Amino acid sequence: MSQEPTTTQTGSGIEAVALLPEPAMRLRDVSVAFSGRMAVRNVTFDVAANKVTSMIGPSGSGKTTLLRSLNRLHDLTKGAVVKGEIQLGDIDVYGNELPTTLLRSRIGMVFQRPNPFPTMSIYDNVVSGLRFNGIKKKSILDEAAESALISAALWDSVKDRMKAHASTLSGGEQQRLCIARALAVEPEVLLMDEPTSSLDPVSTQRIEELMVELKNRVTIIIVTHNMQQAARVSDDCAFLLMAEDRAGELIEFAPTTKIFNNPSDSRTLDYIQGRFG
Amino acid sequence: MTDVLAQLPPDPLLERRRLVQSIATKTQRRRAVRSSLFIGLLSACLAMAIVPLFFVIYALIVRGGHVLTWVFITKVPVQPTLFEQDQIGGIGNAILGSLVVDLVAALIAVPLGVILGLYLSETETRWANGLRRAAEIMTGLPSILLGIFAYIYIVTTMQSFSGFAASIALAMLMTPVITKAAETALRSVPRTLTEAGLALGARQSKVSLRVVLPVATPGIITGVLLALARAIGETAPLLFVIGASINYEWNPFHQMAALPMMTFTYSSAAYDSQHAAAWGIGLMLVIIVLVLNASARLIAAFMRRERH
Repeated sequence: MSQEPTTTQTGSGIEAVALLPEPAMRLRDVSVAFSGRMAVRNVTFDVAANKVTSMIGPSGSGKTTLLRSLNRLHDLTKGAVVKGEIQLGDIDVYGNELPTTLLRSRIGMVFQRPNPFPTMSIYDNVVSGLRFNGIKKKSILDEAAESALISAALWDSVKDRMKAHASTLSGGEQQRLCIARALAVEPEVLLMDEPTSSLDPVSTQRIEELMVELKNRVTIIIVTHNMQQAARVSDDCAFLLMAEDRAGELIEFAPTTKIFNNPSDSRTLDYIQGRFG
Repeated sequence: MTDVLAQLPPDPLLERRRLVQSIATKTQRRRAVRSSLFIGLLSACLAMAIVPLFFVIYALIVRGGHVLTWVFITKVPVQPTLFEQDQIGGIGNAILGSLVVDLVAALIAVPLGVILGLYLSETETRWANGLRRAAEIMTGLPSILLGIFAYIYIVTTMQSFSGFAASIALAMLMTPVITKAAETALRSVPRTLTEAGLALGARQSKVSLRVVLPVATPGIITGVLLALARAIGETAPLLFVIGASINYEWNPFHQMAALPMMTFTYSSAAYDSQHAAAWGIGLMLVIIVLVLNASARLIAAFMRRERH
């Protein structure tokens, strides 16, 4: 690693550790098109390190599409084109200085539905990312698994049955397992695509609490349909809306408190107050 | 709190992040090499599968390409004689025969196969399992047995060779293939769609026909065209049942000509012109099969695009 870790002082006085210089991720004029059809247009904002950034907006506004462009998941889709600049620290995400595999090991992701690998045990699920990245040493794996499971608030309930199948866990636990699986690789950024949309309120609350706790470990970018969730967990908030040609556009990006109390754009206010979308 | 943290030894998380990233970076090249080796292996397997196909097509084009003229495709055959060894006429009768025989076979096999596929995809009874097993065995049956079946039960009953008997034999070849394709396509339709239909108060049969079947149609069409492609090149089921005809014959209850039959006859005939014609028909069959395959893919792709 050429970068020196920077230590940032946050308002709450908690010392946060970041390997990345500010901002953690930088988006400049990011557009995504599928087979020539624009899905997201000219989005520009910075993702602050060790904070939670939320992306909100009605269905079709391109939140998930934008999120998936950050770790190059659109590479897998035929006909998908991502334009503009996306940077992780000072690395160009779509440049070729960093192989995609290494890039993705540094930008973790949690999906809408819990998707633990069904044939693997709980332990194997958590360390799968490390193994994929060539880490075989048992001591590192064990330590990382424990640390990740503790961070995902799952350690106490699974430590005695690490060999059990992941499918024996409840939906909420499975999602926390997926969070642990992503954390074990020690990514700098964690992308969360509506991580609680298939969970019950209790599990949702636990995961929301988690996000706040995880801040000093990773930078979180979360897509959510739930405005209250965005208000509760995020520091910054991006509001997207579908334009007339059905492409998603960034309407406003600001600290969450500003978005929810004093938005600059009348469309943001309308959405926050539930007048459409 | 800041003071306490400042006095702590280096953050273990940060330490591990560096360790993980350094190992990942170090092993990256090795993993990339291993990955390209694997891709190389896959490409080699692909080549092993494709190279023989290219040799076959190459041989067909070299030996049969010059035969395929408009006259050859549209005229009926002429028997070469000792003095007119090069006269061969055409294969129009066989093209028409193959078309009629395969169309009739498809008319029988498609509805039957789709209905059986629907049945198998919706039920898990002992009957359904037995039927599924039977369909699997049918696909592995030597196709000449189907010809014998058609001979015994249709030709002897109707007291004549006919295109229809050939259609029955080919339909028996196609039905299990279509059944399997339809079952697979129908099973891949999300269960929630069926439940949504039932929850609206629809009968199971309505849901199957109006909701599930349309979603599965691209897959079923692909299966049908692949089954047709297989049937059109089959010789054995026709051997004892189709008879022969050297004229344009539209009536499936008469004897007919068919492309694979003609290849079979010509390849063991006396004159060079007939051997060349056999290669030409072979090329024709390959072209038809390729066209059917390509259209299967195109139709499926087109229908999937329509939905998005």
